[in-house]
Amino acid sequence: MEPAEAAKKLLSQVGSGATVSEFRGESTVTLAADKLVDALTFCRDELGFDMLMDLCSVDNSGEDPRFVVVYELYSIAKGCHLRVKTTCTEDDAEVPTVSAIWPTANWHEREVYDMMGIKFIEHPDLRRILMWEGYPYYPLRKEFPLAGKESKVEEVAFTEPAPLAGGPFVTASGAGDSDTREPRARN
Amino acid sequence: MVNDNSSQLAYDSKVEGNVIFTQLDSAMNWMRKNSLWPMPMGLACCAIELMASASSRFDISRFGAEVMRFSPRQSDVMIVAGTVTYKMAYAVERIYHQMAEPKWVIAMGACASSGGMYRSYAVLQGIDQLLPVDVYISGCPPRPEALIEGFMKLQAKIDGDPELQQRHAQSTAHRSSIIEQPGAAPAQAPAPGQIQV
Repeated sequence: MEPAEAAKKLLSQVGSGATVSEFRGESTVTLAADKLVDALTFCRDELGFDMLMDLCSVDNSGEDPRFVVVYELYSIAKGCHLRVKTTCTEDDAEVPTVSAIWPTANWHEREVYDMMGIKFIEHPDLRRILMWEGYPYYPLRKEFPLAGKESKVEEVAFTEPAPLAGGPFVTASGAGDSDTREPRARN
Repeated sequence: MVNDNSSQLAYDSKVEGNVIFTQLDSAMNWMRKNSLWPMPMGLACCAIELMASASSRFDISRFGAEVMRFSPRQSDVMIVAGTVTYKMAYAVERIYHQMAEPKWVIAMGACASSGGMYRSYAVLQGIDQLLPVDVYISGCPPRPEALIEGFMKLQAKIDGDPELQQRHAQSTAHRSSIIEQPGAAPAQAPAPGQIQV
């Protein structure tokens, strides 16, 4: 089965409201959050995508809807990939959980909640996984600085802004010789 | 057993065997520095180099340090090897406080010394924000030879530790009722870099 074929089947199952895009042989289906669980259950049971390879989120700050949650599916028997995306807004950052479909989604959704602040409805154990309980920020949002912010949870952990020494060191990829590409604080 | 003609302090090596006279400080420091049992706080990649230095090619057993006790109660030096995240920071401090005196800390690698390449929201910028570090070893990761040199530097630091001298000086100062201003240096001020227990 090819990704494009799987995407077409998923599209015909979901009906209206879903779109598909294709890039270099990879297919991505974008649909609304309320159709998510049915569509992904169809993917696992009917289309044979028995592995959720990755579950991550994107912060398009400034756009509306702000957040995108990306599901990377893989069929082990057929060797076929498929990507499913859903969006949610900043005010209503909630998406139904898929941990009932693939148990691996449990920790991935906890990471998305920890880093981006997107809540997952009916998640069995939605709490922070990388940072600690009581940490007040969502670090991977665009407005959160790389150096971090000050925080303190008594007896658990504290954070302080790290000294960046002039800004994050970035490379100028593809710019020429290694001297210009060397990571340094650029504007 | 002493010869009748000699003073009390002389000894006959044929009778008494190998006896060495030395200062108690020196003897104690010699014993401490040559059997430093590490508490390997191996948190990240530096722990691999720590393990390598404990293996046969580099062998910190030559320095008495092959006994890597993971119990803080039984160890002398905590080798913080790896990135200390803020989440782990208080746990490292707790383990440090559970170690018995005398204890030392080696910050192995760039991350333990200063946060390393991780200038981020999640990494403690150097374990010396929480613990008193005796030796910093740079490297990412430091080669086992660098760790061994750090060990030798720590041994040199322990060697000159005038602990008993200081305690004796402080106690005699009290006994002779010299009133010291608070914050004044004790009678034998430690040299810069020396540990004061």
